[in-house]
Parts: sequence; C-alpha cells; structure tokens
Amino acid sequence: MLNVAVVRFPGSNSDFDALRASAAVGANSYFVWHRDGDLRGADVVILPGGFSYGDYLRAGAIARFSPIMSAVQRHAAEGGAVLGICNGFQILCEAQLLPGALMRNAGLHFVSKPVDVIIERTDTPFTADFEVGRRVRLPVAHGEGRFLAADDTLRMLEAEGRVVLRYVADSEGSPYQPNPNGSAAHIAGVRNPTGNVVGMMPHPERADDPVLGLADGRGFFTSMAAWKPQPTIAKVLNR
Amino acid sequence: MTYRVNVRVMPRSGLLDPQGQAVEHALSALGFAEAGEVRVGRAIQLEVAAPSRADAEARARQMCDKLLANPVTEDYLLEVEEA
Repeated sequence: MLNVAVVRFPGSNSDFDALRASAAVGANSYFVWHRDGDLRGADVVILPGGFSYGDYLRAGAIARFSPIMSAVQRHAAEGGAVLGICNGFQILCEAQLLPGALMRNAGLHFVSKPVDVIIERTDTPFTADFEVGRRVRLPVAHGEGRFLAADDTLRMLEAEGRVVLRYVADSEGSPYQPNPNGSAAHIAGVRNPTGNVVGMMPHPERADDPVLGLADGRGFFTSMAAWKPQPTIAKVLNR
Repeated sequence: MTYRVNVRVMPRSGLLDPQGQAVEHALSALGFAEAGEVRVGRAIQLEVAAPSRADAEARARQMCDKLLANPVTEDYLLEVEEA
C-alpha cells in the first residue's frame, strides 16, 4: 500500500483535505509534524496549503528550515514523490527543490475561485492519469501565487518541458478566468528535472469529489495511487 | 562587540511590484501626484555579536542570503554600526 505523508506546519489548513483525498484513493495517508525528523517510510510526501508560520517574512521562507524539510530533501533526492500544493509549492521554491518564486498576485487581491488549467505533462507521479492538453477546473486560493523566475530559468523550464500546469490563455475568454495572479507564461505548476517533485498553486485536494462541486482534482490522486516508486541509485546506496 | 545591523530588502528593480503600484495610486488619489516610482520593500533590524564590524557584516550577509531575502526576486542593502 502506498504510504503518503502529509506534512503539517503551524498554519497549514489544507492538511486534512490532502489526508482525506489520499485516503480516498486507497493510500495509507498520515500526518507528520514539521518538527519530526522522519517521514515514516513515505512513498509520497504532500506539503499542503495554508499559511505556514503565518507567511512571515515570505510565504514558505521559514517553513523550509523546519526539521522535517531535511527528510523531504532526502526523500526527493532519492526519487520519492513530492507534491507541494499552494503554500507547499511556495515552500518547495524557497527550499530550492523547484526553481523560481511565488510573489504577491499582480492584482494584489487574494484570489479564491475556480480556474481552468491545462495539463501539459503527464510524466509525473501526480498527472499520469490525465492526457496532455486536458483542461481541468480547480480552485485557487492564494495571495502570493504569481510564479516568477529569471528569464533564463523560464526558458529552461519551457525547453525542458517542466511546466506541468498552465492557466488558460487570456484569449480564451473563459468565465473561469485566465491567469488569476499574473504568473509568468501563465505557469500554474512546475516539476523538477526528474519529475518526481511537483508544485502547483491550484488545490486538487479541494476538488476531488462531485459533492465538493468540482471533481477534476481526483486525477492527481488516482495518478499518485498508481505511481510505482522507482528507487534511484542514491536510495539503493543508502541502504 | 555588539553591532546593530539594518537590512533593507527591496523587490528587484524591473520586477512588477504591485504593492508599490497600489501605494502610488493611493498617493495620487490623496493629491500627491508628484510621487512616482514607488516601491515597497521591508526593513529588518537586528543586533549581532561579533569580534569586528567586518565579521558582523559577513554574518549578516549570510543571514540575508539564507533567509532574509529571496535571491530570485529581491535585493538587499546592509548597514552595520556599533550598537
């Protein structure tokens, strides 16, 4: 059975959603506390949404130095799957597990609404159940979600196909408004070079069941449930 | 010795600073139309115990690089004085 560790920071608020959405696809999901040093045999780590440490200084800036983050860094280096959602994405960027940064929304408003995003990569543990180009509707809820990176980093992300999710273009005229935060290149989610670490601003865990009004998020969790961990050389050597 | 360190963290020039824009609009609405190029950053003050001013500055620079500023989006300025 797939072990899914959901990391709780002081100020996490989507932790129960992530726990429930993981359990709903049959995973053995459990919480780990930010001061723990051990992921207890996790195959997948989820850094949930919220406002860790009150977003003091910068969103995710303090959380990234939590004791558990050393274990998350190790897990990621060994090929383990990591999903950062919203504040979790911000933490992964601050921890330099993902490139770029998430800045104050261009419109300054906290944006909380459903948006349409396009799945561009299906070679990650969290998007394998989708087909490339699939449009999904997911809620966003953030004040600092404007993805930004240096121009050469943005070029690299595009060249290496590391944009996993993109908001639909303005020209689409969708009522589920394009680019809610001014993100560079409409980027809503990215992955690391090996694809095992994914960060995204939208919240699949709040949209995985028709009773929630939106169900497109379920695909991220069914993908995760079907994912087979592939031990890397680093992991084998550490045994 | 104890040194007082003033850190000024600013959004990197050229990057969109929506807070600065909002403040600029508010100033304009209040009749300060002459205000322009407003940018909003953050000031951090701390004291550092160090054998010398150079040591205090070097340590403070490490603090900025590691935590106080985001190297992707922000620049910082340091001022070190005897406390």
